[in-house]
Amino acid sequence: MKRAILLVLLCLLPAACNDMGRQPRSDSDEPSKLFADGKALQAPPEGTLARDDPARMAALQNRPPLTPALLQRGAERYAIYCTPCHGLTGDGHGRIPSRGFPQPPSFHEARLKAAPSRHFVDVITAGYGAMYSYSDRIEPRDRWAIAAYIRALQISQSMPASALDEDERRRLEESGS
Amino acid sequence: MAQIFTASADTRLRAMLLMAAAALVLAIVAGYASQGYGTVVGWVRDQPVPFSHRHHAGDLGIDCRYCHGAVETSSRAGFPATHVCMTCHSQIWTNAGMLAPVRLSLAQDKPLIWQRVSKLPDYVYFNHSAHVAKGVPCVTCHGRIDRMPLTAAAHSFHMNWCLDCHRNPGPALRPPGEVTRMDWSGWDDSVESHRQYAALRVRVEHIDPVKLTQCNVCHR
Repeated sequence: MKRAILLVLLCLLPAACNDMGRQPRSDSDEPSKLFADGKALQAPPEGTLARDDPARMAALQNRPPLTPALLQRGAERYAIYCTPCHGLTGDGHGRIPSRGFPQPPSFHEARLKAAPSRHFVDVITAGYGAMYSYSDRIEPRDRWAIAAYIRALQISQSMPASALDEDERRRLEESGS
Repeated sequence: MAQIFTASADTRLRAMLLMAAAALVLAIVAGYASQGYGTVVGWVRDQPVPFSHRHHAGDLGIDCRYCHGAVETSSRAGFPATHVCMTCHSQIWTNAGMLAPVRLSLAQDKPLIWQRVSKLPDYVYFNHSAHVAKGVPCVTCHGRIDRMPLTAAAHSFHMNWCLDCHRNPGPALRPPGEVTRMDWSGWDDSVESHRQYAALRVRVEHIDPVKLTQCNVCHR
């Protein structure tokens, strides 16, 4: 009897093991003993190209055709990455400058209105003044999308309300701005 | 006089005692597994920097994707590189002692070692991009992260919790453009229209609960 009980308990014990939950593999954000710097995620060796790098470089060189989809994508990416500093309307009054970050220029000043779209793409790619490069966060095609949306913002802020049609004017008044 | 105890009474008593002991052990194990003590729901962990999601995502309104940029394109949301922290902190709070580890990380080119709070076992192959693309908002799994001064897991991530959605995915779906929205308190008010929305989205996105509950969807 005693032996039987012990045997049953012994059979139940493996249930307490959870070796599968933590397997001997290195996930991307984890430390790893395989490499000298202790990181599982390794930067590609210098001079190597990722398979999609030529396509990304081409996307950076060639401006995509302007479509409503591109503008919408630009608006979304702008809201994520640009509004913290540049503000929703691009006037440079974002939340972060109000907390002490150097104030970025308004997109509605003459210099930036005259600047070509490539200027904005280049600034996103390489950074400018206190602004870091966003090339690690915004894909080349999205940089063009954001540049296109900045153009839309520039037009929106200098457009007289009389130039809008009736429906648009009603919506503008309803929005209270 | 008839005997009070039958011949098998001893055996029955032993069996009952054994069963009672087994039930007690089971209750303790199950209780431990489902309570905060076992799942560490709501428990914060020591981090290299006491990062506040409430400050960054809540008060400042920074979109989740500003830092967790891989969430739309990869299986992982990703921990932001030190470079991302320094985008702002190269200019703001540059002398704060609290941020010394971040500056050291940048200077020495060594990553900050954050402690993961939302953990899945290695045998679960969760894909962030798939969930985000279909419109499962961040808050569904990570809770009101915009209200957490220090970050903690919001759910146990037990399998039955995952399956609750996978068996009936419709009600969890939101407009994919608004996945980072935290407050959905008004959503359930319009019951009928959102029931239609759920049914429509499930059809349009070709989401099939039968497939979603197959083992190999999450376990390979």
